Amino acid sequence: MSARVIALLRFWYDFVVGDDWRVALGVVAALALTYALSTTSIPAWWIVPAAVGILLPLSLWRAARR
Amino acid sequence: MGSGALFVTVFLACLVEAVEALTIVLAAGAGRDWRSALTGASAALAALALIVATLGPALTAIPLSALRLVVGGLLLIFGLQWLRKAVLRASGLKARHDEDAIYRTELAAAQAAPSSDPVSRGGLSTVTDWYSFTLSFKGVLLEGLEVAFIALTFGANQRNIPLAATAAVAAIVIVAGAGVAVRAPLARVPENAMKFVVGVMLTSFGVFWGAEGAGASWPGGDAALLVVVPAVAVFAIALVAALRQNAPATNQAGRL
Repeated sequence: MSARVIALLRFWYDFVVGDDWRVALGVVAALALTYALSTTSIPAWWIVPAAVGILLPLSLWRAARR
Repeated sequence: MGSGALFVTVFLACLVEAVEALTIVLAAGAGRDWRSALTGASAALAALALIVATLGPALTAIPLSALRLVVGGLLLIFGLQWLRKAVLRASGLKARHDEDAIYRTELAAAQAAPSSDPVSRGGLSTVTDWYSFTLSFKGVLLEGLEVAFIALTFGANQRNIPLAATAAVAAIVIVAGAGVAVRAPLARVPENAMKFVVGVMLTSFGVFWGAEGAGASWPGGDAALLVVVPAVAVFAIALVAALRQNAPATNQAGRL
């Protein structure tokens, strides 16, 4: 039974997070930062695009090095 | 986001996943037993319809800002996965998706697997070969889950799940019709290029909805998407160009 639960959790992890967990973590961090900044007077819209601009090349660079 | 963009994104995503699912069903049918393979595919489609029918109304009940934060975040993670693979394939650093090769592998595996006895296993009368049934069921369900996720998230965000569902069904009908007509993997579908486009769309809408759901205000409102989508596309193409310089020479053929 526990093996099935582990297999199910693994499936959902692979489905949502995928090959690079750092990308998922970076997206969550960027959204949290956006939320924090949106409560101030500083514009927050640029954080997520900037995160994509950093996360995608880094992930590709790691994949290319393998 | 207009209805056209919603339709095209869900349609393309569904088309590429349907092509992959078709390859598995064809291998199971040609290598083992057509009736069991088609029953497995039908059972998986019924399970997917149940998932969509259950989750669809639940998603539309969630407040839009919360929905956009959660869905935008998931869509962005999902989109970056697609885009990462698409860029790696286009740059030659990852093997391109080849339905012919996948079909041959699946067919060989199906033919090599031992036959099952439906009577001793208490099988249904329509399922004479459980290997074919299971292979088809898993293939269609797993590929379909991605499509269901994309259709539901895009549809719920735009408060137009019926249009997203229509796009998904249209793609499935077209691919299934083509599959019946040619009885062979649809290797001529420009699958890698379509995956690239879908990756760009998922990432762009993930960026837009995720930031908006987290409380940010986009300059120009919804019109910002007209800048975000091309910007992500250009960025991805630039990454492909940069990576191609380091890609092995043998993988340089065939681009997007």
